[in-house]
Amino acid sequence: MKVSEGLLYSKSHEWVKFIDDTTALVGLTDYAQSELGGIVFVNLPEDGDEVAAGEVFADVESVKAVSDVYSPVTGTVEEINEELLDSPELINDSPYEAWFVKVSGITEKTELLSADEYAEFCKSEE
Amino acid sequence: MELKTPLYDTHVKYGGKIVPFAGYLLPVQYEKGIIAEHMAVRTKAGLFDVSHMGEIICSGKDSLKFLNKILTNNFTNMYDGQARYSPMCNEEGGTIDDLIVYKYKTDKYFIVVNAANKDKDYKWIASHAEGEVVVEDISDKVCQLALQGPKSPDILSKLTSREYIPEKYYSAVFDAEVSGFKCIVSQTGYTGEKGYEIYVSTEDAPKLWDIIMEAGSEYGILPCGLGARDTLRLEAAMPLYGHEMDEGVDPVEAGLGFAVKMKKEDFIGKKTIEAKGEPVRKRVGLKAVSRGIIRENEDVLVEGEKIGATTSGTYCPYLGCSAAMAMVKKEFSEIGTRVSVNVRGRMVEAEVVGLPFYKKA
Repeated sequence: MKVSEGLLYSKSHEWVKFIDDTTALVGLTDYAQSELGGIVFVNLPEDGDEVAAGEVFADVESVKAVSDVYSPVTGTVEEINEELLDSPELINDSPYEAWFVKVSGITEKTELLSADEYAEFCKSEE
Repeated sequence: MELKTPLYDTHVKYGGKIVPFAGYLLPVQYEKGIIAEHMAVRTKAGLFDVSHMGEIICSGKDSLKFLNKILTNNFTNMYDGQARYSPMCNEEGGTIDDLIVYKYKTDKYFIVVNAANKDKDYKWIASHAEGEVVVEDISDKVCQLALQGPKSPDILSKLTSREYIPEKYYSAVFDAEVSGFKCIVSQTGYTGEKGYEIYVSTEDAPKLWDIIMEAGSEYGILPCGLGARDTLRLEAAMPLYGHEMDEGVDPVEAGLGFAVKMKKEDFIGKKTIEAKGEPVRKRVGLKAVSRGIIRENEDVLVEGEKIGATTSGTYCPYLGCSAAMAMVKKEFSEIGTRVSVNVRGRMVEAEVVGLPFYKKA
């Protein structure tokens, strides 16, 4: 399993990359993509949608299963990664580049872990 | 408690991700994952452990008459080694199970049933036995390995002589040997691809598994789990008990009329099916035309009105699209009909297409 330095991680296996104090990119971690297997579909919110920390904002589907993706932050969707809609396999290929949404106006966050803490957490999940 | 098949340790050794299924612990996939396994079967070869299936022997001089009574297909005029698919119905015409009957020889038949139904089936068959018929459940003594894919004849040829490889689809060689192990080799499968199902003793199964994997390595064989088994059967539009049919669905509605012989003198369920006349609903194939993956038990709508529900659905790795089977009102079963499927609150647009979705060249 890979973690990427400089990102923060939620216990529900999303990563957050803060661009400034109130703007961040959100994606799914390497651990999550490897547990899910080949991802064949992703359902994203729309620009302007509100997302809330700890609430579902997207879902990803592998061949056999659907999994919810939780937002680690509260804010407004400024942009979605449209590339994922046509090429959901990018999430498997490079999870830390395949961001789902860019959220701005962030007011709240869930408990977020550092790369080391998250690596420990994943170990304890196994 | 879930049972382990005799190949449990083998699955762990090959990196299988183990899940409970029909009372057994089986691999849903191995390290390469469902898509790679699915593609291996379509283009090369794959090996499945199907030991959870049930096997029943029916013997005695009244066997044929008995099978023709409890099953909807007709088993008269079969040659030794021939296999025939059949639903098994209750008096109300509901489907108890679907199964395969092999004629071993005169007065001796080998029946393969679904894992989840094997106890129910055995009880039903044994309790309806009439005349000189002996019914025996041999499930615990036999393992079934399914070698499937276009390269499976090449792989099998390395391990056995020509006389033990059944030439025709839906036929078997009883008393065969593969790599020195006593086997039944059958040209059947649940993938829509050329392949074989090999019945072997529980003791020899792990050894035979390793031998087949080794013989298949030059052809790119992969071990395959339940996940790929389901996506392959769906792409080939093969029905699965509990999805396309159950005790509330008769086999004609489920699209299995080819295996229901109404001209037979009598069989259990015939009167009810006959009285119903033309079915009012029909099994159809749906292909998604907008984004989204259709799953089972989702409502199918036309202009906002529910016209049926999906029975199975998934992403088809070979075809690269989302496809589903559905039971819909007959008037909406024409190929080309546009429908919407309610996928967890979101409408996915789909079109009725001909079955199977995939047919081997």
